[in-house]
Amino acid sequence: MSTVTGRLNVRYLALAAFLVAIVVLPLLGTHYTSLMIVIGIHTMLAVGLCLLMGFTGQVSLGHAAFYGIGAFGSGILTTNLHLSPWLAMIVAAVITGLIAFLVALPIFRLEGHYLAMATLGFGMIVFIFLNQTHQLTGGPSGLRGIPSLSIASFEIDTDFRYYYLVWAFCLLVLLASRNIVQSRVGRALRSIHGSEAAAASLGVNVASFKVKIFVLSAVYASVAGSLYAHYTTFISPQPFGFLFSIRLVVMVVIGGLASIWGAIFGTLSVTFLTEFLQPFGDFDVIVFGLILIVVMIFMPEGLTFGIQELIAKRLRLARHGGQVA
Amino acid sequence: MNTSQVIQYIVSGVTLGSVYAIVALGFTTIYNVTGIINFAQGEFVMLGGMLTYWLLRSAQLPIALSFILAILMVTIIGLLLERFAVRPAQKASLISLIIITIGASTFLRGIGGELWGRDAVPLPPISGEKPIGFLSAFVLPQHLWIIGIMVVLMVSLHLFLSYTLLGKAVRACAGNRYAAGLVGINVHVTSAFAFAVSAAFGAIAGIIVAPITLTSYSVGTMLGLKGFAAAVLGGLTSVPGAVLGGIALGLLESLGGGFVSSDYKDAIAFLVLFLVLFLRPQGMLGQRETKS
Amino acid sequence: MKRARAWQALAWLTLATLVFTAACSTAQSSSNGPLKIGAVLAISGFNSPLGAPERDTLKLLEEQINAKGGINGRKVEMVIYDTESDETKALTLAKKLIQEDKVLAIIGPTSTGESLALVDTVEKEKVPMISCAASIKIVQPVKPYVFKTPQSDSLAVDEIYAYLKKKNLTKVAILTSTGGFGATGKDALQAAASGAGIQIVAAESFGDTDTDMTTQVAKIKGSAAQALIVWGTNPGPAIVTKNAKQVGLTIPIFQSHGIANQQFLDLAGDAANGVIFPAGKLIAPDIVPNNDPQKPVLDSFAKDFKAKYNGTAPSTFAGHAYDAMMLLKQAIEKGGADRSKIRDELEKIKSFPGTGGVFNMSPTDHNGLGPGSFLMVKVVNGKWTVLND
Repeated sequence: MSTVTGRLNVRYLALAAFLVAIVVLPLLGTHYTSLMIVIGIHTMLAVGLCLLMGFTGQVSLGHAAFYGIGAFGSGILTTNLHLSPWLAMIVAAVITGLIAFLVALPIFRLEGHYLAMATLGFGMIVFIFLNQTHQLTGGPSGLRGIPSLSIASFEIDTDFRYYYLVWAFCLLVLLASRNIVQSRVGRALRSIHGSEAAAASLGVNVASFKVKIFVLSAVYASVAGSLYAHYTTFISPQPFGFLFSIRLVVMVVIGGLASIWGAIFGTLSVTFLTEFLQPFGDFDVIVFGLILIVVMIFMPEGLTFGIQELIAKRLRLARHGGQVA
Repeated sequence: MNTSQVIQYIVSGVTLGSVYAIVALGFTTIYNVTGIINFAQGEFVMLGGMLTYWLLRSAQLPIALSFILAILMVTIIGLLLERFAVRPAQKASLISLIIITIGASTFLRGIGGELWGRDAVPLPPISGEKPIGFLSAFVLPQHLWIIGIMVVLMVSLHLFLSYTLLGKAVRACAGNRYAAGLVGINVHVTSAFAFAVSAAFGAIAGIIVAPITLTSYSVGTMLGLKGFAAAVLGGLTSVPGAVLGGIALGLLESLGGGFVSSDYKDAIAFLVLFLVLFLRPQGMLGQRETKS
Repeated sequence: MKRARAWQALAWLTLATLVFTAACSTAQSSSNGPLKIGAVLAISGFNSPLGAPERDTLKLLEEQINAKGGINGRKVEMVIYDTESDETKALTLAKKLIQEDKVLAIIGPTSTGESLALVDTVEKEKVPMISCAASIKIVQPVKPYVFKTPQSDSLAVDEIYAYLKKKNLTKVAILTSTGGFGATGKDALQAAASGAGIQIVAAESFGDTDTDMTTQVAKIKGSAAQALIVWGTNPGPAIVTKNAKQVGLTIPIFQSHGIANQQFLDLAGDAANGVIFPAGKLIAPDIVPNNDPQKPVLDSFAKDFKAKYNGTAPSTFAGHAYDAMMLLKQAIEKGGADRSKIRDELEKIKSFPGTGGVFNMSPTDHNGLGPGSFLMVKVVNGKWTVLND
């Protein structure tokens, strides 16, 4: 089980199974397609946040803001300025990236709690802004009539087509992030999470990496927001508030702070847990709160790792007949 | 724009600010002793108000008893939070601690929503609702109670910290926890104490402000955030700073809302937070912190 | 090693999901089976004070209709989902209702945001939707498959302005919430002002979760306003009313129909006395005059609701759901179990007394309510009384 080939086989098998599942799902034609579209969008957000939190150890409690800027950016540019949706998506991503950059510079001079609070404050300001600037965003009543995306004359306006579009984007994001994680830059990132001083002593430009990752995660969020806007064709500020930012944190915590693929698991878990707890009203919020507390106390690397560790430990104990190796 | 309006704004600002100040004191106390920002502080405020309402209406207890019992219950919740959510995570990274208190906040808020529903509820004022003329503005008796209680709490805390043994232990922990532990101070007890005090203060704030602003399961979020902004403004390491920050924030909100625009009133607190964090992170009266 | 395990877990999870999904693909609806009617309501989440009574009403009506043999001999089956006050969820659940449950029509959603999120979908899928949300944007411009039952803000504004003009109080200050309801109210107030001979001399706002509005009220006190119009849903307007009393505001206070519930009276206490507002007649069926065509409907609904739900009187939100279901019932009776015929029949409904007013639908009006839907009410000694002067 611990041989190199064994590990590789399992990994590729799992990946293949996952890809097959993703491709096949909409052909079963149920409303789960719609749900999985939303999950795909949320996963892009979670991956970005995971990079930020897991690999740089920085917290962002206002990530929904970037999601919202992307969504409203696309929405406004396509309805008011009549830009092509793809162009609007790019412009929105650039704007979001710029805002993230401007915010990151002063924010990353702060430490720990102050940083977290600054991100929270930023999220709130954006939310208030989206709600108040009626002329631009439509205020709480939102923006209607956002056009759908299309490639040449092929309009992507059914759930079936949109599903593949979203998951194509999502897989791109996952692959890109994986490459970052495993590259020289990525190893540097992981070192920052360990110790900034050590990283700096190795010649890693700590400040620059933090900013780049922050901007990247914001851009992911922006693209996710644009995809959301073109999917629902109506957006209001409501989905982009503080509570959603917290939900994203829960997804990352469950999936594992330092695991990109875990972000999918985290998103799936949170979404299905909410579905499952539906008959109990708002119980899901209470459960999420508990999960955050319990997981961070006992399994600070995230729920998936924690459970795996537990299972691995049991297996090891069983294999060695009760003696610890 | 006339003087009576301006005076009314100032009166509102000071009373609102007093509430922020009490919440800020809670943040400051816990931060000083344990180095943690307790995101659940706002929920203590919510629980104070909601538990009192529940005791009054459902358990039909007299007002004074309801107040005291509610404060006690919230204090116990604060102690439980410290014992079961914070203490086990002592060795955890900062990011973990932040997430834990956020989890606690979400949890408490969710429980509040399930137990008491979504609707806003009022509490009876301490001494009636007849407006009192002050210069050319009007203030309610409850406003005076709020300001008065805030002053009493601040003074008590100050006296306690300066003159009692436990208070000195608290200050020692605030200075350097490790060293305090070395000289025989029971760090766990002081930590628990800090949470108890913050919880009690939060509950008191919730109870005295509910007659004017009404309370509901969701008031904790905003009040907690603004109380934190106030604490940062005044300086997280300073007790009088918390009060100063609270009043200042209240005034800024009130005057800003009056003179500039009431639409963006909420944003004022967060803008202030931002500016302070970027320009002068130690706040008005705080001290520059070094990495330890 | 860790990563492999993570992927294993992931693979298992997705495979399990697939299996679960496949197993859940539901059966078709037969032509003699029950009539499936869907509803997406905010039963939990911050709009639950509106959504929960709506759900209660639909359950009550399901029972009543089936007890009398159903519609056209077929039983009614309500499929009700909780949107948790979340627009994205509302959309996913609506799709579920349409694609999996194959409902004939959808009642709801509860809020404007959720309703607007569904419009394009129900239009594309050609499923009639009767929203319980207030904003006029839901039905203007008219979309073939989208209807709504609550009165539009413009009706309430017209009532208030007409009264103000009669009393020669033409300079007003408006204080509106920044939430959806307040924002559309502000638009309606500003749009109708000059036509009604009203001048808005001050316009302030407050957030739905704000706890202190003395600043805004003090500002208004210093203006030339002869009356104050407040527009929002609880608890904001209650706080405003208390603040107004505190600063000694003497001009009359008018409110929107958003405060037409007992909760406002509880929250505002003594300060509520003197407040005037247009009310949906359901809030106090006993003060509605006997010759009002809505009286029988109001009385019987109130009686049945109280009987089923422990003496709780139905709120206007419950009323909106009642109207939606009863309109739908008539449309199904006339058009059969066919989505597009139901839509056609909905549009033809005339002189239909509901709780919100008397409905007169048309191809250009998918709300169907006009003047007379509201009763002007004044709070006197903590109780509602019909305004007589």
